[in-house]
Amino acid sequence: MSTLEIRNLQVSVNTDAGAVEILKGVDLTINSGQTHAIMGPNGSGKSTLAYSIAGHPKYTIVGGSVTLDGADVLDMTVDERAKAGLFLAMQYPVEVPGVSVSNFLRTAATALRGEAPKLRTWTGEVKDAMQALNMDPAFAFRNVNEGFSGGEKKRHEIMQLELLKPKIAILDETDSGLDVDALRIVSEGVNRAKEKNNLGVVLITHYTRILQYIKPDFVHVFSNGRIVEEGGADLADKLEAKGYADYVSK
Amino acid sequence: MSLLATNYLTPTGREEAWRFTPLKRLRGLHDGLASVADHISLYPIGTLPTGVSFSLEDLAPLAPSDDVIIERVRGASAQVSHLSVAANCEISEPILLGRRDAALDKAEFSRVRISLGVHAVATVIIENTGACLLAEDLEIALAPGARLTFITLQEFESASVYTARHHAVIDKDALFKSITVTVGGDLVRILPTVEFISPGASAELLGVYFATAGQFFEHRIHVDHAVPHAKSRVNFKGALTGRDAHTVWIGDVLIRAAAQGTDTYELNRNLLLSDGARADSVPNLEIETGEIIGAGHASTTGRFDDEQLFYLMSRGISVEDARRLVVRGFFNEIITEIGIEEITNRLMDRIDAELEKAGA
Repeated sequence: MSTLEIRNLQVSVNTDAGAVEILKGVDLTINSGQTHAIMGPNGSGKSTLAYSIAGHPKYTIVGGSVTLDGADVLDMTVDERAKAGLFLAMQYPVEVPGVSVSNFLRTAATALRGEAPKLRTWTGEVKDAMQALNMDPAFAFRNVNEGFSGGEKKRHEIMQLELLKPKIAILDETDSGLDVDALRIVSEGVNRAKEKNNLGVVLITHYTRILQYIKPDFVHVFSNGRIVEEGGADLADKLEAKGYADYVSK
Repeated sequence: MSLLATNYLTPTGREEAWRFTPLKRLRGLHDGLASVADHISLYPIGTLPTGVSFSLEDLAPLAPSDDVIIERVRGASAQVSHLSVAANCEISEPILLGRRDAALDKAEFSRVRISLGVHAVATVIIENTGACLLAEDLEIALAPGARLTFITLQEFESASVYTARHHAVIDKDALFKSITVTVGGDLVRILPTVEFISPGASAELLGVYFATAGQFFEHRIHVDHAVPHAKSRVNFKGALTGRDAHTVWIGDVLIRAAAQGTDTYELNRNLLLSDGARADSVPNLEIETGEIIGAGHASTTGRFDDEQLFYLMSRGISVEDARRLVVRGFFNEIITEIGIEEITNRLMDRIDAELEKAGA
C-alpha cells in the first residue's frame, strides 16, 4: 500500500516576462488501487502538475510538498522518482534517435530493478507486454518514439507502465489522439496494471470518453491552478453535460 | 604538377585550407622539419583471399593534389603499397589492413593505392592504431562497375598525428562507400575526396568523430562532380566533450557545368557535450549548372536535448546512462553501417569509456 501526498503545491515556470505561477496550491492524496481523474479546461495547469511531480527541470517548485510514503519526492532527481515508484505517461513522448525500444526498455528495467533482467525471461516479458497491446514484435527494433504514430506512442507508454510496474502512475492525456479501438486497448493495459500491481492512477484528461473504460473512484476539477471541485464518478457525467464553463468563470 | 611539388610552400595558417589546423602540432609534417623514417607500417592482417594482392610498386599518382603535405609525401617516395582486387572478383570477407612498428619520433610518409578491377566487389578496412607521426597519400581507383566499401578507423593513441588524403577516382557505374571513424589521436586531419570520371557512378561518404579534451580532428571533404549523372551523399556526425576539444568539418561539393543530372546531399551534425569544446562546420556547395536532380546541404550543432534526457530519466535511467544512450544513439546510425559487430562494439565501448573519462 502506497500513498502519494500532494500538499499545497505551488509551481511556477520561467518565461521571458519573468516567473509565472501556474499551480496555486494543489492538495491531492492518491492511494494504491485508487483512480483519480483530473479534469479541466486547457491551460488550467493539469500537465504542469504531472511534470512537476515527475521533476521536469522547466518547472520551479515555489511551495508545498509532494511525498511518496513519507519520502520527499521534490528532493529526488528525476530517475530517483522513478525508482521510488512514480511513472509519468507523457502526452508527447520524446523521440530518442538511434536508441531501440528494446535497448531502452532493458536499460530502464535494469535501473529500476537494480540488476539486469535475465535475458530469457525478459524477452518473454516484453513479447507478452507487446502482444497484450496489439503491437507488432518488430516494434522492439525501432528507435524510441521515432516515426511512431500518435497511437503507437501511447501504446508504448502503457507498455512501459506494464513492464516497469510503478506504484503510482500519472497519465497525462493518454487518451488524446486515440481512435476508439486504440483507446480501448490502451485502457485495458491500464486496468491490467491496476489489477496486477494494485497501481494508483492519476488520470489527466480533457474529455470523459476514457472514463468509460477506466472507472475513476474520484473526479477532481482543475481550474486556474487549483482543484475547484471534487466528487465521485458522477461528477464526470455532470461535466460531460455542462462543460467547464461554471469553473472557468470562478 | 602543381607548383607545390617543386616549391613545397609551407603553410602559414592564413591559407583557406589550413586556417583551422594548429600547425605547431603537426610536428614538422607541414614544414619539412620532421625527419622521415624509411619504414612502411601498413600491412594486411591475415591471409589475402584469392584475387587480392598487396605489394610495393612504383606508381605515379592517380590525381594531382593541392595539399602541401601530400606533395611532400609524393616527393619523398615513388613506392606505393598497392592493394589490388582483380577484375570480376567478389570478395565477401572484409580485407583488413593494420599498422605495425609505427613511431612518434620519426615521421612516416606513406603512399597507398587501393584498386578494384572492372566489376570487382570488396570491403577494405584500415585499422589505424598505435602512436605515430604519419602523413599518407591514399588513392583509390574504382574501375567501371566496381563496388568498394572503404572503412578507416582512426583509433590512434593520444599523442599521434595523422594527416592524410583519401582520394577516390570513380569510373562509370562504380559505387564507392566510405566510413571514416576518428576517435583517437592528438591531431587527425583527413581529406576524404572524390572525383567522378564517368557517368552513372555514386559515392556515399559517411563519418563519425568523437573528440575529447585537447584533441583536434579535421575532416575536409571534397566531392567533384565533373561528369553527368553521378550521385553523392555525405553524412558526418561528431560529438565533442572537454576543454579545447576541436573538430572541423568542411564539405565542399562542386557541380561543374558538364555535370548535368547530378544528385547530391551533404549533412553534418555535431553534438557539444560540454563547455569549452568547439565544432566548426562549413558546408559549401558550388553549382555551375542548373540541370541537376538535386543539391542540398545541412549542418547543425547542438547540445544535449533536455527533453530526451528527461524522458529517459523519468524511466529510472541515471543521468550518466541517459547521456550515454543519447550519444550512442546519435552515432548509431553511422556506426551500424560498418556491419561488423566486433568493430561496432569496440567503437561504442571506446566512446563510452571516453565519455566516462570526460565525466560528461
